[in-house]
Amino acid sequence: MTLVIEVKNLYAGYLPGVNILNDTNFYANQGELIGIIGPNGAGKSTLLKAIFGLVKVREGEINLNGESIIGLKANQLVAKGVGFIPQSNNVFPSLSIEENLQMGIFQDPSHYKERLEFVVSIFAELGKRLKQRAGSLSGGERQMVAMGRALMMNPAVLLLDEPSAGLSPVRQDEAFLRVSDINKAGVTCIMVEQNATRCLQISDRAYVLDQGKDAVTGTGRELLNDPAVIGLYLGTLGT
Amino acid sequence: MDWGIILNNTLAAILTPTTLAFALAALGLAMHFGFAGLLNFGIAGFMAIGAYSYAISVLTFGFPWWLAMLMGIVGSILFAILLGIPTLRLRGDYLAIATIAAAEIARLLFLTTSFTDVTGSADGLFGYNNAGGFNDANPFPPGSYGFGPWTYNRETLWVVLFGLVVLALCVWLLWALMRSPWGRVIKGIREDEDAIRALGKNVFAYKMQALIIGGVFGGLGGIVYAAFANVSPGVYVTSLTFFIWTALLLGGAATVFGPVIGSIIFWVLQAFLSNVLPALATAGILPISSTQASTLRFVLVGLGLMLLVIFRPQGIFGDKRELTFVK
Amino acid sequence: MSNNETPGKSTGLHLGEAKPGCEKLDPILVIDNVTKSFGGLAAVKVDHLEIPRGVITALIGPNGAGKTTLFNLLTGFDSPDTGAWSFLGTSLAGVPSFKVAQMGQVRTFQLTKALSLLTVMENMKLGAKDQKGESLLTSLIPGLWRKQDAEIELKARELLKRFKLDTKEKDFAASLSGGQRKLLEMARALMTDPVLVMLDEPMAGVNPALTQSLLDHVLNLKKEGMTVLFVEHDMHMVRHIADWVVVMSEGKVVAEGPPDTVMKERAVIDAYLGAHQDTDLGVVTGRINIITEEGEK
Repeated sequence: MTLVIEVKNLYAGYLPGVNILNDTNFYANQGELIGIIGPNGAGKSTLLKAIFGLVKVREGEINLNGESIIGLKANQLVAKGVGFIPQSNNVFPSLSIEENLQMGIFQDPSHYKERLEFVVSIFAELGKRLKQRAGSLSGGERQMVAMGRALMMNPAVLLLDEPSAGLSPVRQDEAFLRVSDINKAGVTCIMVEQNATRCLQISDRAYVLDQGKDAVTGTGRELLNDPAVIGLYLGTLGT
Repeated sequence: MDWGIILNNTLAAILTPTTLAFALAALGLAMHFGFAGLLNFGIAGFMAIGAYSYAISVLTFGFPWWLAMLMGIVGSILFAILLGIPTLRLRGDYLAIATIAAAEIARLLFLTTSFTDVTGSADGLFGYNNAGGFNDANPFPPGSYGFGPWTYNRETLWVVLFGLVVLALCVWLLWALMRSPWGRVIKGIREDEDAIRALGKNVFAYKMQALIIGGVFGGLGGIVYAAFANVSPGVYVTSLTFFIWTALLLGGAATVFGPVIGSIIFWVLQAFLSNVLPALATAGILPISSTQASTLRFVLVGLGLMLLVIFRPQGIFGDKRELTFVK
Repeated sequence: MSNNETPGKSTGLHLGEAKPGCEKLDPILVIDNVTKSFGGLAAVKVDHLEIPRGVITALIGPNGAGKTTLFNLLTGFDSPDTGAWSFLGTSLAGVPSFKVAQMGQVRTFQLTKALSLLTVMENMKLGAKDQKGESLLTSLIPGLWRKQDAEIELKARELLKRFKLDTKEKDFAASLSGGQRKLLEMARALMTDPVLVMLDEPMAGVNPALTQSLLDHVLNLKKEGMTVLFVEHDMHMVRHIADWVVVMSEGKVVAEGPPDTVMKERAVIDAYLGAHQDTDLGVVTGRINIITEEGEK
């Protein structure tokens, strides 16, 4: 298994003097679907943003394919094959679906046609409504557009920030199935989630982040069945 | 370059009627923006209303000075209500635009020759301190009072003391209000109106009350200035509003003493620059004429305001957490 | 109360058949012919809806179904195009939101509105009704409101203890975690002594481990005689505590009834719950390594 992303002893935060991530360690191999769960304020989104260059790193390492990517700006990371799907405000509402997808690949327009074909092959719904204004889409549909846009650059690694947030149960399941499909197509996926149960059900490996540190790690199944994880993070309702 | 004179003039600015008038206006702005989150860019308008109401009440209606000053307060209240009814239901930026327009309308009404009999239009009004009896009420005999840079004749001393008393009262009022449950609701409104509505409070009424109180402070600032100098439309221009904003932000917008300290610092700096810059020009150190040098200080004020907003919007005494310009 | 026991559900709430718009034995809210459109799109179109008193009703449905819009209309935060509704027999149409709150109907918001620049205690005190000190003139004389303020503080402290926020009393609300802010918003709403508590997605963004305690708080509301109406996507919560479920889709009420029956309706499953409700997605996607599972057994 080739190591794609490696995070070692990471300290990062938004406000000066306050670290959200305190000595976080994490890695992802090529082709894996990694889940990151944990309580509010644990630093899950912060970890993704630190990897994507959106949050200041104070100490530690972040390596992509062996090279450090700390200090690189987001657009440089996209060129290096890292995609990021934010939780909200993730489409351009005044642009059509097709234009949103075009925005995804504007750094490399020569491959537009083939990438559009690929994305439409995964998300058939998008292909049928390319001219529709993204602002008129529901939350779940926007999620789809955001994922499609991130896939336009043919990323090797996809960072997803709570893809199921705010969605109804049936749309949540669809979102998780989509992430699974993208992963099966060869993209390494790192997914932060609030719906811990669903996230663990499809993750190859997972981390529980608590107070900025990786508290528990294992395969998705191991964590799903771990009584400590259930007690502290999954809750006992309906599992 | 006579540093002695420069220093003397600079220190004198700590306690002048102008500084006190500024402090009152800044206090009003603290109520509006610092505590209630109302973006008022027309505080100069409130000052104008206060000043003109006082002067006109004396000169046109023959009121005694204290009744005329009360009219100044009434005028500010009416102006606030007129301004508030249409705009308080609007989003912050719309209130800002409306207040700029309202202040300008007020100034232009005072400037137009159509009302020259009452307002004096461009020449303004003067002589009301005597006509209204304010000067007669002065208990101090002629002479020189004070020491060092803070030396006053009897007229100025009277105005300074009067201004100090008014300022002290207003500072107490602001402090007493903000530490009460009423103040708590105001601070809540500043942060999230809907949350406060959902708790059963009449948000519109509270905002109007805040607008009126801050407006009265502004009007009193205009009255103190009028008691010292004259009343002229050229004073109440938009740049006056922005000077008061600078003084407010310098001291700390959401504090009770911030506006006062900020006004003092502002005027001390102004005095310093208006003495130093021309002196430097005359001495040949600055390659500009002395008239250019005295206008240069306004450029510096503008720069200072920008730097303040960018790097330290909470001012000297403020808490960074409490200040946000954009909601 | 042990963790997984389903609390005692109230039954017999409706008259006749359990269908959209059915009458209730003891309604607290009666909604008639309420419509609201945004630029040609009908966001809400409810012919008749009655919310039963003293029990917990869940309002579910896909995004864009009109749930939050209906909430906003009922609480006076938005005005309908047509319609009338009454709360405890009093008509509420045209009543501004703050008056609705004064009448005993309190709501929370999807995006928590814990006032971060105020302390936890100040947040709580804001909730209390009829405060003498909040009036402009009386506020200047502390003697007139100090005693009442002290009483309010005691009541707030008790509520904070119940919600396990008492140690945070002097902290700014900004320093609380997301879940704690939800609790603060709920506690603050209770300061108003409401009759009807309307919660807009109370579980959104809350750590699953905190869900149980939030649920217990909501159940407590019912124990104390309040009526609860909540919007949620978390079906476990709905199944666990709702006595009655109203399903909305595309602005209309499409189903009503006790949770077990409603959530089995075909239409509801197709539009909202999804076919994989009770299935492990690892099985659906084929990601589970069956051999490993058998080996471990």
